[in-house]
Amino acid sequence: MMEITLNNRKEIFDTESMTVAEMLEIKSFTFRMRMVKINGKLIKKDQYSTTVIKNGDDVKMLYLMSGG
Amino acid sequence: MTFAEISAALSRFTVGIAGAGGLGSNCAAALARSGIGRLKIADFDLVSEANLNRQFFFHDQTGMKKVVALRENIERTGSGTSVEIFETVISPENVERIFGDCDIIVEAFDRADMKLMLTETVLTLWPGRPLILGSGLAGYGHTNEMRVRDMGDNLWVCGDESSEVSENNPPLAPRVGIAAYMQANLVIEILLKGIKE
Repeated sequence: MMEITLNNRKEIFDTESMTVAEMLEIKSFTFRMRMVKINGKLIKKDQYSTTVIKNGDDVKMLYLMSGG
Repeated sequence: MTFAEISAALSRFTVGIAGAGGLGSNCAAALARSGIGRLKIADFDLVSEANLNRQFFFHDQTGMKKVVALRENIERTGSGTSVEIFETVISPENVERIFGDCDIIVEAFDRADMKLMLTETVLTLWPGRPLILGSGLAGYGHTNEMRVRDMGDNLWVCGDESSEVSENNPPLAPRVGIAAYMQANLVIEILLKGIKE
């Protein structure tokens, strides 16, 4: 079990650790254009499968929708 | 603060606007009218008929470069804002040259991949530099779903973060304008807060 803060809300995951890619899959976040920050640090798309989210991390995610 | 005090304070600042479409043209006009000293606006596109339902351009400007038409329209407000324009496609290679001296950067693109590109580039070049994104403004109604979210480290997003533009959910003047004016309003709030502190 691990607890992280996802967009300012506490969330519990039934795993000891997970990558960003795994979190997106668990949460069924499928939309393609997004921005992810962990503890204030930007995680680029090519780092999703190698970046590990740890217990207590502050994860912020943002969807970028077309239109302007 | 009186309006004279507000505009005098804002006249010291430079704001970068990436994109001169629905978000950028309206945000720029609002900032100019409020007294921002200098705007740096970049866009490669031309004004088209389809833009006129929401962008701060006029029918007799179709075919003009957006940045040229926008500078003209901002000058017509008589605000005295200095407008520097960049007729170019923004890329990771030229962000530093265009926006390097901006106090705040407003992301005002149409395409989601461009929004992501600018965000990644700005956060990499200048962590902590204020950056205001627009995301989610398609359609009409749902006014109360439009909001500003503070993502931390001087990154904010304006919009509903869920509506995507499509043929059957087009961008219209009111919601695009709300998002653009939320961005402008936040620019002013951030700049004036810095002065008071």
